[in-house]
Amino acid sequence: MDKKTYTITRNQLVARDTYELVLEGDGCIKGEFVHLDIPGYYLRRPFSLCDSSENSITLLYKTVGEGTRKLSTLTGGTEVSVLTGLGRGFNPDACQAKALLVAGGLGAAPLYYLARELKAQGKEVTAILGFNKKDEIVLQKEYEVLCDHVAIATLDGSVGTKGFVTDAISALKPPYDFFYTCGPMVMMKAVCSALEGPGEASLEERMGCGAGFCYGCSIETLRGPRRVCMDGPVFKKEDIQW
Amino acid sequence: MVKDLSINLGGLHLKNPVIPASGTFGFGLELAPDMDLNVLGGISLKGTTRDARYGNPTPRIAECRSGMINSVGLQNPGIDALINQKVPALRKIYNGCIIANISGFSVDEYRECCEKADASSGIDLIEVNVSCPNVHGGGLAFGTSAHAAAEVTAAVKAVATHKPVFIKLSPNVTDIVEIARACEDAGADGLTLVNTFLGMRIDIARRRPVLANTMGGFSGAAVFPIALRMVYQVSHACRIPVMGCGGVTSARDVVEMMMAGATAVQVGAENLRNPFVCPEIIEALPSLMEELRIDNLKDIIGTV
Repeated sequence: MDKKTYTITRNQLVARDTYELVLEGDGCIKGEFVHLDIPGYYLRRPFSLCDSSENSITLLYKTVGEGTRKLSTLTGGTEVSVLTGLGRGFNPDACQAKALLVAGGLGAAPLYYLARELKAQGKEVTAILGFNKKDEIVLQKEYEVLCDHVAIATLDGSVGTKGFVTDAISALKPPYDFFYTCGPMVMMKAVCSALEGPGEASLEERMGCGAGFCYGCSIETLRGPRRVCMDGPVFKKEDIQW
Repeated sequence: MVKDLSINLGGLHLKNPVIPASGTFGFGLELAPDMDLNVLGGISLKGTTRDARYGNPTPRIAECRSGMINSVGLQNPGIDALINQKVPALRKIYNGCIIANISGFSVDEYRECCEKADASSGIDLIEVNVSCPNVHGGGLAFGTSAHAAAEVTAAVKAVATHKPVFIKLSPNVTDIVEIARACEDAGADGLTLVNTFLGMRIDIARRRPVLANTMGGFSGAAVFPIALRMVYQVSHACRIPVMGCGGVTSARDVVEMMMAGATAVQVGAENLRNPFVCPEIIEALPSLMEELRIDNLKDIIGTV
């Protein structure tokens, strides 16, 4: 874990209530998420890494509360304090040759970060991205450029398969030896019970410190209590107690 | 002139008075990869009970203006794991004051845990958290009654004969001085004050409490003036040393707490915002002392 200062270079609405935040600074960071200090709010907010370059990181966030609404008002040039190097992310090495990525909403962000690594390792990647409606879709083009197969599911049928990601998976029957999922808990639970074979899911919990020492985000797993921020947020399918 | 930050805490020499508070720094080991723990005057370890506890359901954290509420619920691996695993591992890498924070739900539990902590060579000081509910006494916290707080103090002092015992007091009381005096009379070697303030938040969209446990302990910068006032009152009413705790975020706060009467100063919730705040405060102290014309930090204790 490190505490670093980044400068906002882009903070742009890219879908309904959804912003892309590009931070200039050290892009060569480890970990699954960063913990960002929003001026005027007491606790930091955790955001998964979506993309990075040598001198920038990209995050996607939704304005779901006061803190993220404040974040959306910060303009280019604003400096922010960021804790980096947090969380245990997806394990790309767990996939032998064919990976299936199943995202719900902004779960598409950390899975994009993973997809880059899987493609760098020469693996075949199928991505199923689920959203409520067309205006919530993010990263579709980026996934289409990067991945071998991409399918969209929307609840209202405005784009792609009408229904849940599990409906798109049933329709597509993608080949995979390992799956990775990130999204709302109910969606990941459905994915983990519907999909055969090994996989990982990225869990979400309200966090305090984000670095494993306040025990604010503990959950029960089948291997005993675990901290989502430090032992996760990514857990093996077989260890998760839904 | 080289500034002297050292203090004497219940007979123990600490290189400086800055101590991460219990529950806000894990067992120290979690932060070892990220900082040099040896700059810290002491470390108060996460509250420990006789048996392992999972704690409360989540959400356990609620944000507030200038603070936060937690209801972690004493998640810990139990006293035996503390003594056999956590403390020896920390002792290997840390040469400062290791404080075991002991909680219990009965006088017997406090007694048993403190006896074990007292026998553990890695532990330097025992801090007893009396803010837990007394399950055999109607569920009220031990620390809300002078009688119950004194009963716990006497029980743990009878078995902890090698190490200084500090009682960590709850601020959720009518008269903290009365309870502090009762602990002193029952043999406490020192006091830590204060623990968190009972608080609550409501999610107005869902029309239900933010915390799964409904209520929790409020801490953070907002409580500093109240904690300072209690440290001032108690340290002027008692002869035993006080560790000041509550809302400390800066070197200036540390100096203020010490002037109010604190011998050592614990930093709590701020660690969650900034895990590096304790080393930053320690680094900032010498220049602040220069500004205030202080050579020995211990000279300012209780000077107001």
